[in-house]
Amino acid sequence: MYAQMVKSEATKDDPEQLAAFQARVDADEKIEPKDWMPEGYRKTLIRQIGQHAHSEIVGQLPEGNWITRAPTLERKANLLAKVQDEAGHGLYLYCAAETLGVSRDELTEMLLNGQMKYSSIFNYPTLTWADMGAVGWLVDGAAIMNQVPLQRTSYGPYARAMVRVCKEESFHQRQGFHVMMAMANGTADQKRMAQDALNRFWFPALMMFGPSDKDSVHSSQSMAWKIKMNTNDELRQKFVDETVPQAEYLGLTIPDEKLTWNEDTKEYDFTEPNWDEFFDVISGNGPCNVDRINMRQKAWDDGAWVREAMIEHAEKKAARKLAAE
Amino acid sequence: MDHLFEFLLRQGDNALVLGHRTSEWCGVAPALEEDIALANTALDLIGQTQLWLGYAAEVEGKGRSANDLAYLRDVYDFRNALMLEVPNNDFGRTLMRQFLFDAFQVPWLTALSASSDERVAGIAAKSLKEATYHLERSSETVIALGDGTDESNRRMQDALDYLWPYAGELFGQDATDQAMQDAGVAPVPASMRSVWDTQIEQTLSAACLSRPDTSFAHSGGCNGSRHTEHLGHMLAVMQTLQRSYPGAVW
Repeated sequence: MYAQMVKSEATKDDPEQLAAFQARVDADEKIEPKDWMPEGYRKTLIRQIGQHAHSEIVGQLPEGNWITRAPTLERKANLLAKVQDEAGHGLYLYCAAETLGVSRDELTEMLLNGQMKYSSIFNYPTLTWADMGAVGWLVDGAAIMNQVPLQRTSYGPYARAMVRVCKEESFHQRQGFHVMMAMANGTADQKRMAQDALNRFWFPALMMFGPSDKDSVHSSQSMAWKIKMNTNDELRQKFVDETVPQAEYLGLTIPDEKLTWNEDTKEYDFTEPNWDEFFDVISGNGPCNVDRINMRQKAWDDGAWVREAMIEHAEKKAARKLAAE
Repeated sequence: MDHLFEFLLRQGDNALVLGHRTSEWCGVAPALEEDIALANTALDLIGQTQLWLGYAAEVEGKGRSANDLAYLRDVYDFRNALMLEVPNNDFGRTLMRQFLFDAFQVPWLTALSASSDERVAGIAAKSLKEATYHLERSSETVIALGDGTDESNRRMQDALDYLWPYAGELFGQDATDQAMQDAGVAPVPASMRSVWDTQIEQTLSAACLSRPDTSFAHSGGCNGSRHTEHLGHMLAVMQTLQRSYPGAVW
């Protein structure tokens, strides 16, 4: 899940308009950019889509960290294509957010000055090549759990962006799993890397779904508006239930001694992530928060002259064309 | 020396080294569109590397693969032009280098598409489609940045001044080049110079940039006699896993 803890905004709109809007949402009609919408719906969506877009962009960094060290030409091409897809997802999502009246540059400024967040998972470091497997398998796997239902979300541009994103994400997850398979079936060193990657990414992946429902204060309005389709705990349970057999297939051990199959519920019982760590990470104290934002800031600052020159050239070109007519 | 093997290494190493340098931009380009475009270029070049080095490995006939050639040779066995291994520096230098190279690759791959060696002709024809698109993009970007602001013009002129003494190495004419010409595999690269000069002249003029007033050309990359200090660092990063875990399958 690339949007966590998205605060839903209070809305002070006319009750009749609100009721008509809710009726459209309840009837599964898509809301389009020019339609009337409650101010709270618009603001909540900007926050959610913006956070999702930022997650794609910041999410390029932990994987980009391994592109220059990928072990074969095929792996290098696959990883590069995957990180490129993430930039593409960021682009569609910023475009979807723009339909709500906020520009890409404004959203970028809010990411860089800390007003907007990105998924907590990208504040963890990628330390060995096995992390490229673990990120694809677990992180993209968790993202898919959240994004598949968002294909049915009420806001048309967001739902349509999710259709394309989901197709690519499921490919990424398979690619990550293949990296994990090669590692898990490889030399003793490779198996050790694979297990270590699972150990480090398991609980951060569970945190991607956000806090437990009992502590999640923002869910009900977003669910009524069909911006959020499932509760955090529902999605987390589904993720655990699907992932445990995959880990078994790989011959890797999930780092949770309490993980057991529950015959009554037909689900796995598992240990909750350490929520203190989660709140530390989202408040800026994760292992990589400062480095990630510094890197984005540097890229933004270093690229300023290019963006300015492109605009200046386009203006000069238009002026020359006008003068020639 | 097997001249065909040597020739194929030159093609493959050019693609590999420039593809690697370009991939270093992933995630940190000046705008999302540029990030995506640079990744596309890098992907094309890595794809070309697989074809050229795959054929080189077959021609060598010692059981090595394209990956072995990419990941298990040291600096002095690389045969890429020096211009392609120097660091990216800023976006301006990265795109100026891409342009200087693309302006060579388009006529070069066009000529190779008519090679007497069918494999060479096939790889060249496929790569030419990509190079044509790369040249369109890199020349447009050089023009935009040269014509843009005072700062961007200065940066592009600096990039051109830095790269210019390296560009001449692309137009070689050594024993391998001669052997390829004699066999009908490829013309000598030196014969591409006038077409290249015309393209450079047109683009630099539209970009408000001045062609440097020197014909000096560094050499030593395409024949492996003396690379820059930069290549070793690049290989140290690129080859780390293959070197650290010999024999592992990834």
